[in-house]
Amino acid sequence: MNGFLELFADYDIFGAFWMNIRLTLLAAVGSFVLGTVLAIFRISPVGSLRGIGTAYVNTIRNTPLTIIMVLGVLAVWGQLKIEFFQDFDLNFFTYAVIALSLYHASFVCEAIRSGVNTVPLGQAEAARAIGLSFLPAARLVVLPQALRGAVTPLGNTLIALTKNTTVAAAASVAEASGLMKSMIEFNPDLMIYIFLTIAIGFCIIVIPMGILTTWLSDKLAVAR
Amino acid sequence: MRKKLLSTAAIAASAALVLSACSPSSTEEGGESGGSETAAGGETVRIGIKFDQPGLGFREGNSDPTGFDVDVAKYVAGELGYTEDQIEWVQTPSANRENALEGGEVDMIFATYSITDERAQRVGFAGPYFVAGQDLLVRADDSEITGPEDLEGKNLCSVTGSTSAQKIKDEFASGVNLVEQGGYAECVTYLESGQVDAVTTDDIILAGLAATPENSGKFTVVGNPFTVERYGVGIPKGDEQCQAINDAITKMKDEGAWEKALTANTEGTGYTPDDELNSGPEAEMESCEA
Repeated sequence: MNGFLELFADYDIFGAFWMNIRLTLLAAVGSFVLGTVLAIFRISPVGSLRGIGTAYVNTIRNTPLTIIMVLGVLAVWGQLKIEFFQDFDLNFFTYAVIALSLYHASFVCEAIRSGVNTVPLGQAEAARAIGLSFLPAARLVVLPQALRGAVTPLGNTLIALTKNTTVAAAASVAEASGLMKSMIEFNPDLMIYIFLTIAIGFCIIVIPMGILTTWLSDKLAVAR
Repeated sequence: MRKKLLSTAAIAASAALVLSACSPSSTEEGGESGGSETAAGGETVRIGIKFDQPGLGFREGNSDPTGFDVDVAKYVAGELGYTEDQIEWVQTPSANRENALEGGEVDMIFATYSITDERAQRVGFAGPYFVAGQDLLVRADDSEITGPEDLEGKNLCSVTGSTSAQKIKDEFASGVNLVEQGGYAECVTYLESGQVDAVTTDDIILAGLAATPENSGKFTVVGNPFTVERYGVGIPKGDEQCQAINDAITKMKDEGAWEKALTANTEGTGYTPDDELNSGPEAEMESCEA
């Protein structure tokens, strides 16, 4: 027990987890917006848009997140010298949010597309029959039903995103896994407490997400 | 049911494969023919080093490791009665050093292992065989930065999980911009491209980085160390070889082999270890009692 007290006294553990939460929230918004656009691309009647959507999903989904993160910092920042902000902390935070958003957008896109598949074809046909063109039909009829059907896969993506925020350590963001490295380096005597602290911390963040997902998917399911 | 069992077994087998792929390499089994006239008989000694720290502990593939840590390790092992082919090199990254000693995976560790009270609770230390200090690596044409105070408003790189960069921010230059990366190699590319103005860690590590063929002549170590890091030999707690290792290090220093190894591994960087640190009270050997 003293081990935990010592760790919490010496290191800013809450601050580090708060960083993971902020990364999660911003990247969740970013990937949801981009993922929805990609999903619309993939179900659109325009061939070239479908091609773009498919190409994006297949490329990004099959690239390891670490590669995207490291490429952003090592190549785009390190060599091309593109800076979003003068302040380094903010700059790298932005890089990390962008990398996480780009990566998870491909999963969000596929989750929404799986939701679209739960909407009976008749719904889209009926929407077109009352005179709605593609975008209004998607916005007003298909996507609202699709999102309800996609709650579970979207929740899974969110959970994966939460845990993947630890990769942001590669982009110089001071989050929980980076802090864990420092703690191991300087307090190897407390190794077991360090592991428990980080593991329990993530459980506390992630378990409610799982419960919320299950509850929402029951509540929002479209009764057919 | 049978099918389920089979697939469980398959998963377990593949997990074991993955795990064994991650465990420290133990490719060199040599030394059986080492001869019984040596004090250690036909036994091998497993020495933990870093594989990714040029100038200190560096190894590509299965080639012979190089670096100052390696040279000291060879000398000490020689004094303990082991021939060079009785040495089995094991990779011990920073986070794994205490576990490797406690679990008996290695007999001793020469891996830029600073002696600290927290570590001494789990492992024993002989030495120190070198006293390093935190310093700065800058571009060779940069004469502006002569110490940590000059970093105000500059960009500084270090690795995740060390507090060296944070220390500069807290104690010397609050206006410094920090970037933390997975390894020093990344930091060096930023230093070269101009995105950062300095890289910080222990002076000898910086000298080792600057001495690699691809970096030769591009960077210099400032040579103004502002902390004290005593590199010890990590051994299991209560190991009786402690005194013998201390004697070997003292002998190596007296014989001049220590100086020679140091010069050879930092050649061309203009780096000289801090004399004050390496002959002062900080270089006193650890007591081997308790």
